Amino acid sequence: MEQFTGKVWLLGDDIDTDIIIPTEYLALKTVQDMAPYGFSPLRPDLASQIKPGDIIVAGKNFGCGSSREQAPEVIKALGVRAVIARSYARIFFRNAINNGLLLIENDTLCDDVKEGDEITVRVGDCIEYAGRTYPISALPSNLLDILEAGGLVKAMQKLNGII
Amino acid sequence: MGMTIAEKIIARAAGLEAVHAGEIHTVALDYLMSNDGTTHLTIDMFNKLKHPRIADKDKLVWIVDHNVPCDSPKTAASQKKMRDFARENGITFYEGAGVCHQIMCEKHVVPGQLIFGADSHTCAYGALGAFGTGVGCTDYLYGMVTGGSWVMVPETLRFNLTGKLADRVTARDVILTIIGMIGANGANYHAMEFVGDGMKNLTMSDRISICNLCVEAGAKTALMEVDDITLNYLAAHGGRKPAACFKSDDDAVFEKTYDIDLSSIVPVVAKPHFVDNLAPVDDVKGVKINEAFLGSCNNGRIEDLRLGASIIKGHKVADKVRFLVVPASQEVYRQALHEGLLDIFMEAGAMVMNPNCSVCWGSCQGVIGEGEVLISTGTRNFKGRAGDKNSFVYLGSAATVTASAIAGEIVSPYTY
Amino acid sequence: MGSTLIEKIFAHNIGADSVKAGDIITVNVDRVMIHDIFIPFVKDKFEEMGFQKIWDPDRTVLIYDHLVPASQLDDPRHHHIGDEFCDKYGVRNVHRSDGICHQLMTEAGYVKPGDVAFGTDSHTVTYGCVGAFSTGIGYTEMASILGTGKLWVRVPETIRVNIKGTLPEGVTSKDVILTIIGDLRADGATYKSLEFTGSTVDAMSVASRMTMSNMTVECGAKCGLFSPDEKTAQYCGLTELDDFLKTLHGDDDAVYARVLNYRAEDFVPVMACPSQVDKIKPVSQVIAEASAMEEGSIVPSVGLIEDGTVRVDQVFIGSCTNGRLEDLEAAAAVLRGRQIAPFVKLIVTPASRKIYREALANGTLDILAGAGAMITTPGCGLCCGRTGGILTDNEVVVATNNRNFLGRMGTSKVNIYLASPVTAARCALAGKIVEG
Repeated sequence: MEQFTGKVWLLGDDIDTDIIIPTEYLALKTVQDMAPYGFSPLRPDLASQIKPGDIIVAGKNFGCGSSREQAPEVIKALGVRAVIARSYARIFFRNAINNGLLLIENDTLCDDVKEGDEITVRVGDCIEYAGRTYPISALPSNLLDILEAGGLVKAMQKLNGII
Repeated sequence: MGMTIAEKIIARAAGLEAVHAGEIHTVALDYLMSNDGTTHLTIDMFNKLKHPRIADKDKLVWIVDHNVPCDSPKTAASQKKMRDFARENGITFYEGAGVCHQIMCEKHVVPGQLIFGADSHTCAYGALGAFGTGVGCTDYLYGMVTGGSWVMVPETLRFNLTGKLADRVTARDVILTIIGMIGANGANYHAMEFVGDGMKNLTMSDRISICNLCVEAGAKTALMEVDDITLNYLAAHGGRKPAACFKSDDDAVFEKTYDIDLSSIVPVVAKPHFVDNLAPVDDVKGVKINEAFLGSCNNGRIEDLRLGASIIKGHKVADKVRFLVVPASQEVYRQALHEGLLDIFMEAGAMVMNPNCSVCWGSCQGVIGEGEVLISTGTRNFKGRAGDKNSFVYLGSAATVTASAIAGEIVSPYTY
Repeated sequence: MGSTLIEKIFAHNIGADSVKAGDIITVNVDRVMIHDIFIPFVKDKFEEMGFQKIWDPDRTVLIYDHLVPASQLDDPRHHHIGDEFCDKYGVRNVHRSDGICHQLMTEAGYVKPGDVAFGTDSHTVTYGCVGAFSTGIGYTEMASILGTGKLWVRVPETIRVNIKGTLPEGVTSKDVILTIIGDLRADGATYKSLEFTGSTVDAMSVASRMTMSNMTVECGAKCGLFSPDEKTAQYCGLTELDDFLKTLHGDDDAVYARVLNYRAEDFVPVMACPSQVDKIKPVSQVIAEASAMEEGSIVPSVGLIEDGTVRVDQVFIGSCTNGRLEDLEAAAAVLRGRQIAPFVKLIVTPASRKIYREALANGTLDILAGAGAMITTPGCGLCCGRTGGILTDNEVVVATNNRNFLGRMGTSKVNIYLASPVTAARCALAGKIVEG
């Protein structure tokens, strides 16, 4: 079972896609070009502070707003290992799965955890923080198929027989 | 010794009987026009003065036209600074009402005036017999604080126009031809004065178009005599009356006089990247375009839209070509609306936009990308002027631009 | 046991007798929409996936609207990539400057009642106004549809919203949907279908319904559906509703996750206040709260307090939410023969070329321009926040579009109030937030 430990960046409810990556940067050529502007309307310094392996913890309705797939891609490009939120907006959820960004739903961690603390995630099982454990629910099988293929692009490549 | 129009206007502004080319005089200014290109910088300098004061707020006209509607937070902050200052100080202020020079001609300028504008194309006001010239922020600030300035009296180049333009040859072809003839620095520091029998065949729109572009030959100002066409225009636009109507004296000194037969002018295009890089349209036929622009202080008036509409009616804009049609002012927009011209353009697939400088200024309204080609009725075709530094701008008349928009490549205005 | 509207659409799509909420099914896609911001990414993913051809080029629609007119140097590159993509794969349904994608998809007849459609934009939910299932997806999923013509979906639970009666004068469908979003909150319908019924919505034009479907994504919904009726048929160019379309209504004995009942007479003009779409207040309350604040002060997330209310710097009437003819006409009715307040900008952006021309023909644009409005070329304009009226710190904009997120129209200190075209026009006239 996969497990990892990372430092927490704590965000609130309704973190929308315009916060994650504002529209004015969407026409930049690559996601790497966009990444420095991630979360800039809310916390202009955050993108430069996030280190590979860090974990974002947030409240409800994370990723609400537009269909821009750059939102999960920018989070991934910043090196974020996983997002743990109370709930996700549906398009963001699908986009994240399709790009292999690990999303975890948990109802209470965001109330307990402090920014900068470390937490440990046991994928498909639980989160450990300050001596407590927080359960993680399982994903539906069709989503696991996509994740197991390594994202939707790889799943389609398999379909087309090129990998 | 007699005086030129330029000398007479400066003499009036200096309160002197006579002035002559080469002299430097202190003058009172009638208007100081400024737009959102630089006004925020002027305000910054104003606020740093020890005793900031405005000599006469009624001389100031501030116009937001370059980035309209606003395209970035930085520009929004500059425009807000300008708007707030105008509101606090009771300065005449326009926003989104059109291109600054068009608004000045429609609403403010009268013959005989001396006007500074913080924009190079201020020389357009010569069409109304006024001495307009472009200045930088520092000169503008001095004028704003003192109500006056100093000017060196320019030598005059005189253009004697005769005859009549052929169908689909426009005033723009005339001035582009003249710039091609004398070169981009051919009138440096000079006034360009336009007279002759041919003037009666030029509308006020034609005259503004000619004067407006004189800065592209380096001119300090451009001037024309006041006639019935001028007076009718003034009467129709707010019933304005001339401050003074000047003609050059018979014994005035002109550095050079050119005779231009309007009937000999053919449709021309200024090729990238200089306004004097001139060629007959036929020499550049077939150059593929990505975008065409009909608008600007040079060619966004009702007469230009009528000409364009008459050509495109019944045709469509070429596939994959963007055709921007930008009336020069709200007045022009509404007139074109009433005449059904806007619908002709919209039906043809053009993009009719709100009055503003648009791609002539190259900031936000239809910029062109890397490797793209634009044919434009705008004022300049400098490298990067309309967008990416590796793009190409051809300047042509309203007729040439419209015909090219239909063809998808540069064509003669007689094609359709 | 009966079925909800969405269950009927999906069952018909996959040829099943019935499907139920929670089922995971693979649908046959009737239509897809891609817009200019994402076409380069769709193309890359499509080719990376190894597809050689589009499953059905004629079911594919490409629309340039976010980057029209181009405002940044790189924008035209998106259009070139789109043009190349269409030439290479035989896509003929391309609109380069005809208006906003969501307006064109039904206006130009690409989406019909009962269809299943996907788009690379969250407001793809708009087509629920004609009784079609449509929703936003990312570019990777779009690429997979282009290759396969199929996509998996989970059949959503349904929240039924029943509205009866007649809306008060000056209250529009925008006030209705904003009020509902305020009640449901921004995540209140996540993963779910919203189904609108009742005499109030029956009486609405398709355009008014479009405003409501369009905004259902703002409470997280997967789709926002109206039953097709005679008005729908007419709008969609159908001579009549066929037998299947006549069944497209939620059954009373279907299972609903929730039922909300509203009386139309209870609705009042409302605003979504800075900076959440579900921060809904009656306009009268916005004014009352402002009047209790210090005159002349700048209050964060409110604006400059002036004359006992909030000073307005700019008004925007447009977008796929409220840029239709009836919206422009509603604004013109307020502004006819009058001038907007000094120093206020009024930006009007018709949602499509067709609407622009209709508004030209019937004098609406002349009234608006005469009142001092800037009429911009059809497109997303200010709503997508790249140009078209960007603002700066502490400025206030009253806008008819669908989002007021932090930083959406400039800096994070811009205060965006969302409202109906009627309220927006009134605010432009007064130069401050007013109710009547």
